[in-house]
Amino acid sequence: MTDALENLRRNLGEELGETLRNARLDRGELTVELSREDFLTACHWLRDDVNCAFDLLVDICGVDYVDYGDGLWEGPRFAVVYHLLSLKHRQRLRVRIFADDDLPIVPSVVDIWAAANWFEREAFDLYGILFEGHPDLRRILTDYGFVGHPFRKDFPLVGTVEMRYDADQGRVVYEPTRTEERVVVPRILREEGEGRYNARN
Amino acid sequence: MPEINNFTMNFGPQHPSAHGVLRLVLELDGEVIERADPHIGLLHRATEKLAENKTYLQSLPYMDRLDYVSMMCNEHAYCLAVEKLLGVAVPVRAQYIRTLFDEITRVLNHLLWLGAYALDVGAMSVFLYCFREREDLMDVYEAVSGARMHAAYYRPGGVYRDLPAQMPLYQPSPYRNAKRLEELNDNRQGSMLDFIEDFTRRFPTYVDEYETLLTDNRIWKQRTVGIGVVGPERAIQLGFTGPMLRASGVAWDLRRTQPYAAYADLDFEIPVGKTGDCYDRYLVRVAEMRQSNQIIAQCVDWLRKNPGPVITDDFKVAAPPREEMKTSMEALIHHFKLFSEGMTVPAGEVYTAVEAPKGEFGIYMISDGANKPYRMKIRAPGFPHLAAMDEMARGHMIADVVAILSTMDIVFGEIDR
Repeated sequence: MTDALENLRRNLGEELGETLRNARLDRGELTVELSREDFLTACHWLRDDVNCAFDLLVDICGVDYVDYGDGLWEGPRFAVVYHLLSLKHRQRLRVRIFADDDLPIVPSVVDIWAAANWFEREAFDLYGILFEGHPDLRRILTDYGFVGHPFRKDFPLVGTVEMRYDADQGRVVYEPTRTEERVVVPRILREEGEGRYNARN
Repeated sequence: MPEINNFTMNFGPQHPSAHGVLRLVLELDGEVIERADPHIGLLHRATEKLAENKTYLQSLPYMDRLDYVSMMCNEHAYCLAVEKLLGVAVPVRAQYIRTLFDEITRVLNHLLWLGAYALDVGAMSVFLYCFREREDLMDVYEAVSGARMHAAYYRPGGVYRDLPAQMPLYQPSPYRNAKRLEELNDNRQGSMLDFIEDFTRRFPTYVDEYETLLTDNRIWKQRTVGIGVVGPERAIQLGFTGPMLRASGVAWDLRRTQPYAAYADLDFEIPVGKTGDCYDRYLVRVAEMRQSNQIIAQCVDWLRKNPGPVITDDFKVAAPPREEMKTSMEALIHHFKLFSEGMTVPAGEVYTAVEAPKGEFGIYMISDGANKPYRMKIRAPGFPHLAAMDEMARGHMIADVVAILSTMDIVFGEIDR
C-alpha cells in the first residue's frame, strides 16, 4: 500500500512539476499541496490519467489555520482540502490548496466532479471561501439571512445572535446573544516529549 | 386555451415523508418536476465546531447524534481517526466486537429504512414488522451500553466493556401475565451472544416475510422500477457511496476494498445491482441485511471462542481498570488526567472511513498536538446523495419525489451535522 503511494508521489512529481508544491506521506496517507495556478488542469489530469484515476470526489473541507499550534502557523490562513478516491486503484489522495487571507478565492471543481457542488457551497457558507466558476454559490447550512462565517476561528462558539418570539410585535426577533462562552476544559498544547504527560516521573 | 404557468411548491420542512427537516422547493410543470431545490441546515448544530472545543473523549457521544439510526458506525469512524493519529493498537477481540456491532447497526438501519420506505410508498404493514425486529436489536444495544440509541460504546483504543454474560430479562409487570413473561424471556436465558445467535437463526425468515410482502408486489414495482435511475459513471461522478453506488452496478464496499476492523477475516458477499433504480436499491439493501446476518453469526462464533482484553492497556488513551485505581497512584493520576485534561494527540492529519449503512462515513481530523482536535470534518454519506436530488427527480411525477427521497436513506442528523 505504502509502496503504491510512494510510486504515486513520484508520478505526481514528474507530471505536475511546478504545480506540485509539496507532497507528504504520513501515516499511510499521501497529501499533496497544489498551487492555484493550473489547479484545474492538475485536477483534470488526476481524474483522467489511467495511473491516477481519481474518479470519486469524497469530500471538500475548508480549514482556517489562524490558531494552528497557538500562533505558530506562518502560511496563508485559509485552505481547501479535497479528498479523492480511485475506485480502480483503491487509493486515496488528499489535495490541499491555500487561499489568500482577505479574499479567499479558489477555482471551482464542479465541472470535474459534480459532487463538488454542495461541498463547495458548504465551505463557502462556513468559511467564506469563494469558488470561482461555481454555478450557484449560496449558503447551505446556516439560516436564511445569516451574517458571518461560523467555522472561522474568530467566530464565537456561542454565536452572535439569538432569536425569540416577541408577543408585542407578533413576530420572531433577532437580538445580540446574552450567552457567555464558558470553557470547561482549556486547550493545552505541550511542546516537549511528544506532547504527552508522563505519570511515571 | 388558458395559459398554464409553472408553479413552485414547498415540500416540508414538516412533511412526514421529508425524513426529518427537509425543505424541498419544487418547480412543477403540471405534475412533472422541472427542478428540485433542497434547502437543508434546519438541524445544523455545528458538531464540527463543537468538537474543536471539546477533548477527544467528550466529542465521542456527538457521533451518535449525527446519523441517529446508525450510531455505532459513526463512533467507529471517529475512534479509527483518533487511533490512527495516536498510533494505538486495538485488541483483536475489540475489533470483532466492533464488527459485530457495525453489522447489527447495519441491520437496524436497513430495517428502519425498509419500513419507512414502504410507508412512504404506501405499504403500512412492513413498518410494523421491521420495528418488531428492531426491538430485539435495540435490546442488544441496551444490554451492552445501557442506552438503546446513543450508545457511546466504542472508545479510542477499543470498546468500553466486554459483552455481558447475562442477557437482561423482562421483569414481571401488571401489564403482562406469567405466560407472556415466560414467552418473552424464553430466548434470553443465556448470555448476550446466545441471544444474538438466536436472532441470527430467526432473522432470515423475517427477511423472507418482508420480501413476500414487497419483492413481487405489483404496486411496489410500479412505484419503484425505473424511478430515479442513476448509471454507474454518473453515480461515481455524483460522489455516491454505499448501497446507492452498488445498486448502480459498481462493486465498491470499503469492508472488502479497504478492510478495517475484522472484515478481512470474514466471509461475506457484496450485493450489486444492475439498473440503478429505486427497486435495485431496495434489492441491494435487503441482500445486505442477509449478508450482515451471516457476518453477525461468524462474529458470535469467534467471540465465544476467544476471550481477551477489549480495550488497549495504554492508560494515556483509555482509563485503567477501577480495581487498579484503588491501589496504584499512577493509575489514579492517569484516570484524573484522562478525564480532566484528556489525551493529547500528536500533530498530523488523518482521514478514516467506514462503510456505514448509508455509504462512506468519514472523519477528517487535523491535530496540532493539543488535547482537542484542531479541525474535524465529518464526511456524511447522505450529503452528496441529497445533492443529487435535483438530477434524480427531474422529469419524474410529483408522487415519485417521495419515492426518490426515501430511497436515498436520508437522515438529517448527518447531513446537517
